[in-house]
Amino acid sequence: MRLIEWRDRTAPLSAADAPFLALGNGRSHGDVCVNDGGTLLLTRGMDRLIAFDRGTGIVDCEAGILLGDLLHWCLPQGWMLPVVPGTRFITVGGAVANDVHGRNHRVAGSFGRHVLEMDLLRSTGEHLRIGPEEHADLFAATIGGLGLTGLITRVRLRMIPVSSDLMLTESIRFGHLDAVWDINDRLGAEWPYTIARIDCIARGRRLGRGVLVAGRHAPPQPAGTPVPRWRGRSRSLPFDMPFSLVNRHSVRAFNAVYYRAAPLPGRRLQHVHGHLFPLDRLRDWNRIYGRRGFYPYHCVLPHAHARDGVRTLLKRTAASAQGSFLAAMKTFGDLPAPGILSFPRPGVTLALDFANRGPRTLRLLADLDDIVSAAGGALDPGQDARMSVTMFRRGFPQWERFATLVDPAFSSTFWRRMNP
Amino acid sequence: MSATPRRIAIFGATSRIATETARLWLARGVALVVVARNPERLRMLTDDLGIRAGGLAEVDAVTADLADLDALPALWQSMTDRFPDLDGVLLAHGSLPDQARCEATPETMLHEIRVNALSAMSLLTVIANDFEARRRGIIAVIGSVAGDRGHRSNYVYGAAKGMLAIFLQGLRSRLHGSGVTVITLKPGFVITPMTQDFDRDGLLWVRPERVARGIVRAFERRRDVVYLPWFWRPILWATRLIPEPVFKRLSL
Repeated sequence: MRLIEWRDRTAPLSAADAPFLALGNGRSHGDVCVNDGGTLLLTRGMDRLIAFDRGTGIVDCEAGILLGDLLHWCLPQGWMLPVVPGTRFITVGGAVANDVHGRNHRVAGSFGRHVLEMDLLRSTGEHLRIGPEEHADLFAATIGGLGLTGLITRVRLRMIPVSSDLMLTESIRFGHLDAVWDINDRLGAEWPYTIARIDCIARGRRLGRGVLVAGRHAPPQPAGTPVPRWRGRSRSLPFDMPFSLVNRHSVRAFNAVYYRAAPLPGRRLQHVHGHLFPLDRLRDWNRIYGRRGFYPYHCVLPHAHARDGVRTLLKRTAASAQGSFLAAMKTFGDLPAPGILSFPRPGVTLALDFANRGPRTLRLLADLDDIVSAAGGALDPGQDARMSVTMFRRGFPQWERFATLVDPAFSSTFWRRMNP
Repeated sequence: MSATPRRIAIFGATSRIATETARLWLARGVALVVVARNPERLRMLTDDLGIRAGGLAEVDAVTADLADLDALPALWQSMTDRFPDLDGVLLAHGSLPDQARCEATPETMLHEIRVNALSAMSLLTVIANDFEARRRGIIAVIGSVAGDRGHRSNYVYGAAKGMLAIFLQGLRSRLHGSGVTVITLKPGFVITPMTQDFDRDGLLWVRPERVARGIVRAFERRRDVVYLPWFWRPILWATRLIPEPVFKRLSL
């Protein structure tokens, strides 16, 4: 793979280096950000703010800017990104290309819903302004388009006003899967941000036990209130562990402690970062899985089959004893995602991680595929390194329309895998 | 002796390291004068810095070709006329030459020496006298670990940065006691457009943000010679200890 640092949003593409693929901060755990034999356009250096309207909260920025960088600048001014995923170490371009979602999907939808327009560099040399009105087809293909429609250079976003950088949060423990749905419904109206952390090792009566974590932006605190400060400190794993530290014993111990340590119902104040990005405190956390790494398994099941489907998935995972730390379960609301290939859709999404134990793990994932397919669900391409072509086409029935909008000089290892 | 300067001029401001440093300084309320050759890229930079500053710090731009050595005295004069309170400079301009082309033709070699050493030394001659007369200021220059010893892979670049380092040593000594601080910054392997053709895996490669934090710290602490990150200091110390008969055999 040839690398080109893409610093200048007005620079032209040179056809000799095709096929191209943009690489932002490389946090997709799959091959959507890999381009074997081709060229990666590294966008991290293209990270400037272009314009900002402090009255409306509409910001124009280059595609390589990190969400964390935006937050660092906009939160003190009373503006917040409308949608953030579980890490702030991704670029805006990556957030668009994967049409990422957050804990507030029920009320905010996916990231792409808040994109007003973009500039897209095509290999034809055209630098197109695309939006819901201009080149609407290309706009819909670029949101969630896995970087295949060209190079996103500029993104115009609408942010939401917040009155502080604090969140009011609440954690509620549930002893088994059935209990979570009611809590979820009850909290849903009042708390825009919710996520259920599930112990995917627990079996039997405790199947699907976990902690529901809810949050909402806090009002300004009266003077003198002790408020949590964000120190921005994080630890990092400097190198791959010699072997995976994730095994049934460590996972069982961690999950049990997490479950028991969850505070009794009660509210507390947390900084936005501390609440929404807990994993960002351990940089390069993926290294705990050792050199062989891990397989993420992020699926969505439509509402009609969600409860049974999640139960079956958790049963199979628990029986395998391969499950990893806390699975994440979130509800997707009915707000439609604007991308042709967008992953978020009405239903329930479950995110599991599995240490790579070779064929044993792949067999388990194939079983999970059957459950997801039977429920009419889909897998997230942004977090995939192994789904079958059939699985992809079933999950994304508009893939043929999407394919017509792909830039002929752009490709990825994922895209070639899906189009053998 | 004053603390962090109030207004800093950054030469070669559109480089990755300089841009990151500028953002950090703005967040600390330092006013900036950014200097670069390409007006379009300079405008993109000032737009970015202006929005980030949110009206809390001033950002001004000056377009100049720093390889035009004859024009440098007038450039500095015009800058201090416009901004009499300039009391810090960061020289970040330079290029990483193609070593093979430098070996092939003297013109290329001389051009690289001009861009990476003579330009900075010309500018410093003017700035140093100015700061010395005003008995204040911080001068910081981005050198390189490549300037600590000649390597077959990049000795033209290394020679330029080495010349610069020795020039700064002398200047630092001359200005000692005058209230002017001279800082030599020596970054190692940094992930920037300048190094895109290298295999950049490994623990020694760092992001420009980290180098920028080191530069801001060096200003605050008024250091003399700073390796960025710190681990290059012992590495270079060890490298310099290798006897020449052995070193010449190493394919570094």
